[in-house]
Amino acid sequence: MLGYLLRRLAQGLLSIVGASIVIFVISRLSGDPIVLLLPSEAPPALIEQVRHDMGLAEPVWRQYLIFAGKALGGDFGNSYRWQAPALSLVLDRLPATIQLAFAGLAFSILLAVPFGVLSAVYRGSWFDTFGKGFAMLGQAMPNFWVGLLLILVFAIHLDWLPAYGHGTLAHLVMPAIALGWYPVAAQTRIVRSAMLDVLDSDYIRMGRAVGNPEWLLVWKYALRNAAIPLVTVLGVYFAAMLGGAFIVETVFAWPGVGRMVVEAVFSRDFPVVQAGVLLTSVLFVGANLLVDLSYGIIDPRIRYDH
Amino acid sequence: MQQTVPAQAQPLLRVENLQTHLYLRRGVLKAVDGVSLAVGTGETLGLVGESGCGKTMTCLSILRLLPKQSGRIVEGQVWLDGIDLTRLPEQEMARQWRGRRVAMVTQDPMTSLNPVFTVGDQVGAPLRAHGLASGARGVRDAAVKVLRHVRIPSAETRLDDYPHQFSGGMRQRVVSAMALACQPRLLILDEPTSNLDVTIQVQMIELFRELQNDSGLGIILITHDLGVAAAICHRVAVMYAGRIVEVGDVRTIYRRAAHPYTRALLDSIPHLGVRRERLASIGGQPPSLIDPPSGCRFAPRCAHRTAQCEREYPPEIQLAPHHTVACWHPLHEQA
Amino acid sequence: MTIEATALPIVPEGGALAALRRRLRERDLPIVSFVVLLLVIVAALGGVALAPHDPNGLDLGNAFRPPFWAEKGSFIYLLGTDNLGRDILSRIIAGARVSLMVAAYAIVFSGGVGGLLGIISGYFGGVVDAVIMRLVDIQLSIPPLALALVMAAVLGADFNTVIIIIVVTYWTWYARIVRSEILSLRSRDYVALAKVAGCGTATIFARHLLPNVMNMLLVLATLQIGQVIIFEASLSFLGLGIQAPDVSWGLMLADARNYLTTAWWAITMPGVAIMLACLSSNMVGDWLRDTFDPKRRQL
Repeated sequence: MLGYLLRRLAQGLLSIVGASIVIFVISRLSGDPIVLLLPSEAPPALIEQVRHDMGLAEPVWRQYLIFAGKALGGDFGNSYRWQAPALSLVLDRLPATIQLAFAGLAFSILLAVPFGVLSAVYRGSWFDTFGKGFAMLGQAMPNFWVGLLLILVFAIHLDWLPAYGHGTLAHLVMPAIALGWYPVAAQTRIVRSAMLDVLDSDYIRMGRAVGNPEWLLVWKYALRNAAIPLVTVLGVYFAAMLGGAFIVETVFAWPGVGRMVVEAVFSRDFPVVQAGVLLTSVLFVGANLLVDLSYGIIDPRIRYDH
Repeated sequence: MQQTVPAQAQPLLRVENLQTHLYLRRGVLKAVDGVSLAVGTGETLGLVGESGCGKTMTCLSILRLLPKQSGRIVEGQVWLDGIDLTRLPEQEMARQWRGRRVAMVTQDPMTSLNPVFTVGDQVGAPLRAHGLASGARGVRDAAVKVLRHVRIPSAETRLDDYPHQFSGGMRQRVVSAMALACQPRLLILDEPTSNLDVTIQVQMIELFRELQNDSGLGIILITHDLGVAAAICHRVAVMYAGRIVEVGDVRTIYRRAAHPYTRALLDSIPHLGVRRERLASIGGQPPSLIDPPSGCRFAPRCAHRTAQCEREYPPEIQLAPHHTVACWHPLHEQA
Repeated sequence: MTIEATALPIVPEGGALAALRRRLRERDLPIVSFVVLLLVIVAALGGVALAPHDPNGLDLGNAFRPPFWAEKGSFIYLLGTDNLGRDILSRIIAGARVSLMVAAYAIVFSGGVGGLLGIISGYFGGVVDAVIMRLVDIQLSIPPLALALVMAAVLGADFNTVIIIIVVTYWTWYARIVRSEILSLRSRDYVALAKVAGCGTATIFARHLLPNVMNMLLVLATLQIGQVIIFEASLSFLGLGIQAPDVSWGLMLADARNYLTTAWWAITMPGVAIMLACLSSNMVGDWLRDTFDPKRRQL
């Protein structure tokens, strides 16, 4: 178990290092990174200063080490727009993004689990067919469009919910739905097919043969087994939520990392872009790692087999 | 057809002319085609036949656990304790009968226990479902009692273990504990699909015998192996292609098998110490149950068949007080 | 494929028509999706020539016309007009071209790169495999849109950048699936036999591996169309993709967002176009997958 943990941790670290290399390489693609890192109106003295700090005269690998070393110390440079360290700016926005990602994930699971279970239990019924159609529809709708439609209907026409902003629970509803919409289809499919397998298993048959009520067999005994495949991919979906947050935050003016990075791209505030993207990658990898390590809670075999 | 061998004359279970159909895309499969049988209190009946002959479907019909979409009992009655189970509403069947008065053990212990719940939880569930125990403490105590009953050592501490922490033999006991938790009157044992250790099988058989003596439990053992049935059962019913072809007490079947199919099954049991040229096996395939032949269903594979066999299904003949056969040309005539 | 359905070998009761109907039901042949996808392709190929109006033709006098069925709508502007009086239907037709072009380029390149790396990784294994799979892992540890933002910031937003971003994002998908297919093919008897029989690597590739992989690539590519369309729309919506005066469905939505309260149709119609294009290509892809390999329904 400890060996497994360490191995996964090492893999995660490797991925993050890799991500930092990718970001570093891309930021050098345009030629002179100074163009990216400083506003065009920066005074020559500052340009010289930064050029020196980044060691642009050094070989590329040394430059990367300098970049990585600074990044490790939390130094991505100053945002020239906000005149503050890029990382702390991004970190300030992080709670809002995580809140949104969790809300989106929660929405998708709350929909996908009952949908998946019911379409497995009533396989081939109108509910199953309806669910399949709904799933296909969901996967064909971009999250930002879902967001815009929600605003159109629930904010503008019905005036039930605030169209944008952050603060109350009402503000969270529409962004969470827009973000969680897309994965509902895939998650429903995962739960459904797992559920079909489990409902056909000997232990459920045994449970029936000793008289356990059907609802108990489905919602307790079968569901926990059927949830395992969903839990194993939750990390991926949380990561997808973080990715989707970039665009949904923009639609709903949600003060998170994603919107900040998008704005930074337009104001050519590259330190913020770098910090935001690398931070998201760290969360991305971290979420997957956490989920890997949490299998044991739902599946007792993992705890002892390793 | 009241062939009860042990002392009691009153049968616990009486199945009469049971017909179960499976509605498949290819057609209607007559899985059980007019089966009648009886099991007395404290008696073990072996239901023997090749796979696909309808023995499992017969038992699932008794429990009313047929595949929801495709399976239906179209005719016949299942009398247990004087009640016709086929007429009960599903609600009542689930609440008061299944697991309570009739239970089934699927005998593959490796797959019959839910891997992600503790043994205590799973053994306790039927107790709770049937209102025999309530509250965390009550269910726990009741579960311990049941586990002790099936001779699981240090039951109290093992309650919180998961199935994978048990050996194959112990798992089999846990499965039995689930089935026996509510002290059913009738227990159906489905044959092991995985090759369980022989010693475990023997232990389990001994355990069931003991329980049977204590409580008068009636048992139906489903198996394809007449040898196993001979070792355990009081009586044996041989099934072929959806129908019972021969019924009798073990000794009679073993010594004076009258149906050529029973004979063939007996001949395929390997005997210890007896050298044989080859294992007698039966050529051919059982007929399709979607469109079964009108004559004797075994006729195409039978060495003794005549034109009559192929034309008409044979009536049941009583050869001895507890021995009936459905065959035009029984191997042993009336004693 | 419709031809195959009519040329049924068996004509059971009810005649050929009933047989066809049954067959369509059984195989779930997505006729409607084929038609919709065909429409999108025709729109893309025909482009401006098919559009009733100039997609960029300003006509402020006719701004904010609702679709024909709504009050004050007219048949001249079937799906209404936007804030500058541009015909939305014409713009959707023009946008189809961009969407499909992006999809075509992106799929060819990401399928080519990813497929090739997947084949190499699966066939040769060892260090090559480890390196490629590590690359995949790294790629997967960056959210696609985040990577897109960095690249858009560095390379500047235009058509080429969009293609590059999509290729960089999606090659891993092909690489992983093709690799596992190769691995399973490699372990099959006939490939082993071919090796024993002395067939060279090239022969084994061409004769045994490529045909199998090609089917799979076709399925993957069809399934990717929808994703690429959505990805491109997202980038363009953020202003990091296609730029005016080119027309893109995502760009239309970005414009329409500014007058959400005035013109519901301007936000609805391009989205419906995206949805229909994705839906139809996904369904066709699903159908292709089931046809080629009924066992691999969860791909």
